[in-house]
Amino acid sequence: MFATIRTRLIIIGLLVVASVYFLFPRETTLRERGPDGVMRDVKVTQVPLKRGLDLQGGIHLELELDQSKQVSADPKRDIDLALTVLRKRIDEFGVTEPVIQKQGSDRIVVELAGITDPARAKQIVQRSAFLEFRITDRTGALEKALPAMDRALRSAGVKIDTAAKAPRAPSAVEQLLKGDSAKGKDTTSTEAGELSSLIQSTAAAGFAPMPGEYLVPASAYPRVDSLLRLPEVARLMPRNVVLRWSAAPLSVGVQSYQLLYALEDRPIVTGSSLVDAQAQIDPLTSGAIVTFELDRSGARKFGEGTGKHVGDYMAILLDDRVQGRPPVIQSRIDRRGQITLGNKTIQEAQDLALTLKAGALPVPLKIVDERQVSASLGADSIRDGILAGLVGTAMVVLIMIGYYRLSGVLAVLALGLYILFTLGSLSMIDATLTLPGLAGIVLSIGIAVDANVLIFERMREELALGKTVRLSVDEGFKHAMNAIVDSNVSTVLTALFLFQFGTGPVKGFAVTLIMGIIASMITAVFVTRTFYMIWLDRQPTMTKLSI
Amino acid sequence: MIRIFANANFDFIAVRRYAYGVTAVVLAAGLVFLLLNGLNYSIEFTGGTLIRLKTQKPVDVAALRTGLDRQGVLGAEIQSFGGTDEFIIRARVAKQGADADNTQVTAEAVRHALDQVLGAGNYSTAQAEAVGPKVGGELRQKALLAIFYSFFAVLAYLAYRFEWRFGLAAVVATAHDILTTIAFISFMKLEVSLVVVGAVLSMVGYSLNDTIIIFDRVRENLHKYKRDHFSDILNRSINETLPRSVLTHGTSLATLLALAIFGGEVIRPFALVMFFGVFTGTFSSIYIASPVLMAIEKRWPGADARGARQVAAAGRRVQAQIVKS
Repeated sequence: MFATIRTRLIIIGLLVVASVYFLFPRETTLRERGPDGVMRDVKVTQVPLKRGLDLQGGIHLELELDQSKQVSADPKRDIDLALTVLRKRIDEFGVTEPVIQKQGSDRIVVELAGITDPARAKQIVQRSAFLEFRITDRTGALEKALPAMDRALRSAGVKIDTAAKAPRAPSAVEQLLKGDSAKGKDTTSTEAGELSSLIQSTAAAGFAPMPGEYLVPASAYPRVDSLLRLPEVARLMPRNVVLRWSAAPLSVGVQSYQLLYALEDRPIVTGSSLVDAQAQIDPLTSGAIVTFELDRSGARKFGEGTGKHVGDYMAILLDDRVQGRPPVIQSRIDRRGQITLGNKTIQEAQDLALTLKAGALPVPLKIVDERQVSASLGADSIRDGILAGLVGTAMVVLIMIGYYRLSGVLAVLALGLYILFTLGSLSMIDATLTLPGLAGIVLSIGIAVDANVLIFERMREELALGKTVRLSVDEGFKHAMNAIVDSNVSTVLTALFLFQFGTGPVKGFAVTLIMGIIASMITAVFVTRTFYMIWLDRQPTMTKLSI
Repeated sequence: MIRIFANANFDFIAVRRYAYGVTAVVLAAGLVFLLLNGLNYSIEFTGGTLIRLKTQKPVDVAALRTGLDRQGVLGAEIQSFGGTDEFIIRARVAKQGADADNTQVTAEAVRHALDQVLGAGNYSTAQAEAVGPKVGGELRQKALLAIFYSFFAVLAYLAYRFEWRFGLAAVVATAHDILTTIAFISFMKLEVSLVVVGAVLSMVGYSLNDTIIIFDRVRENLHKYKRDHFSDILNRSINETLPRSVLTHGTSLATLLALAIFGGEVIRPFALVMFFGVFTGTFSSIYIASPVLMAIEKRWPGADARGARQVAAAGRRVQAQIVKS
């Protein structure tokens, strides 16, 4: 089939043209957010080889449903929803070729290349805009539990005191001290009744009393929060009541308070039922509001819930924080409702509406894996990798030509094509070049000549048996084939498993390995053979092969 | 024409018992190192937080540690890197009281400590990783599975192309390589990262490759020299492939050397492990795979070695006759 030199040369030529085509620098459009905050397209000319995050810098995040706050009824559906939501948000954020994909059944991988502000990226991805409506607790569960909590703290208090020398407690003590200096009267120096003294009814500050609403001096908030999270204390809360903090502190004169709410554990409805949200200015109060609309099943649930609780207070929670003071439910509410944002600007209301609409995450997501590489480190890696590749290649060239002479030159030419084909095929299948992948390519340059070495050694054996040059070349190729095929196939097998079970950079490594092996089979066997055919064709009377 | 080991005729098989001794010593020493040093898994596998940073001013490591402790990030490793302005901070344990799988809390605590000690803006983060122990555990499991399944795939392939005996011998040799490489990693106190696991897996491929090249020759010679003894065929095959081994290992080592010297910090462990892998792979192809093949062949004589077996049997008959007469 590949009998004639002409056919072979045409095939090689096509491969070269294809590789060059796939590697030729081309204009790509990058979507960026300019300094003025407007998205714009920038055209850049670059080699179309996709570089991994470890080479170009960026952030890799793995997100999982956070089931600690609310157990998802249908995790499969929720993860798919979260995926769409994240896509919309990240498009808005403006990243070139972001990777947003599901991994396994319960995880989402987000890769944002070339991000300079990882904190902001994380915020965009993670801001769950998780909306919930919950009725405030009317049973006074927290008041009833407080004495028991204080007793539990006292009995566990010994533990806290001894731990004071361990480096963890100082932060808590510090917060306490800070609370003392700022507040002075509310905190007591002993642990006795600490929670009772820090958590007050709203009425104490002169507010209209609301069931389930409590005040905590803002300065003592971190302390109280950490105390309430202690397992000994958390255990004492009734099962059907959860505690949540307000989104913003409330100022009364010079004093600033964080509001603590005891809420029913079951939300009436969550953001997953939301279909629309709009920012508006309330004509009555001229404050910013966000109106929203629920889907049918959400509206039904909302109607039932609010219908049952007319006269009760309903807390609106966004990402587990209570937004504003819970309004009283005047009447049954169905599809439409509104969130009053108080003194927030219309801009903030618009942002909220946007995240609510494009992005109410069905359930909160937590980051379980985060990798971030700066662009400069990536650039260093590429430079080092290329240098190592050049030095390695030079040494391989020296060894091959020094040892095999003219035949070595043929092998080196084939090696050049090997590198071209490998990079070209990687670009063709749109593979991502990672740092281990780069190392794999460099190593493969050393290993790629193996097939040629096998063939050459075989030729030498045949020559030593006294066979003619032409016959020796033919036999060399023929007999070396078995070993080449078997060894390469088994390497591809291991690489396939590497690909299957590896993650990120290792997957990239496996891909470069597989493409490298295929390219080396083509160049070492087919291309070198063609070179020999041409050589022997030009010197048919050759009696001594330079090998 | 330069020729290395052309027409070599070393009796590799005869000294196999010494080689077993070497293997035993190496593995025993490896076990000791493994027990003493253990394996130093990277954050990727254990879970935890890693931050690689560059500061504008030299850093007081003690102050940094106190700052981290104060944030509840206990027992973090702080490793200086190059000069006094480049550091890697590794916190393997989550911030006290935080959900270990919620890596963000710990990562933020570390950044908070850095902001306090160094001052925000006085340092830049070159690399940051925060991995939950769950993700890390899964990764470890996946790496083991990759090795395990690839064993079976190779066994099946070699059983198909050669015979199950060859497959088994190759897998035994590969298992040896993995053990010695793990011992080497422990000895060198290298961090077991994804890149190192990648190197171990490439080493497996490389070593298999080498074994198969020799076995291919064995297969061929078994047909060619039907009268020869199995050990002679093994010896002949190893000797005939010796020039190829020297050349290929030479070019591989050359590129690995370049990677180790010029490839940078992340790649160096990869190059070191592969560098060792080339040696252990070569050793195991000759001294583990081949003798094991011979042992298997003795125990369960196969079709491929029919000639050798008949000759051996004939030899025994002749001996018996001589004894009789």
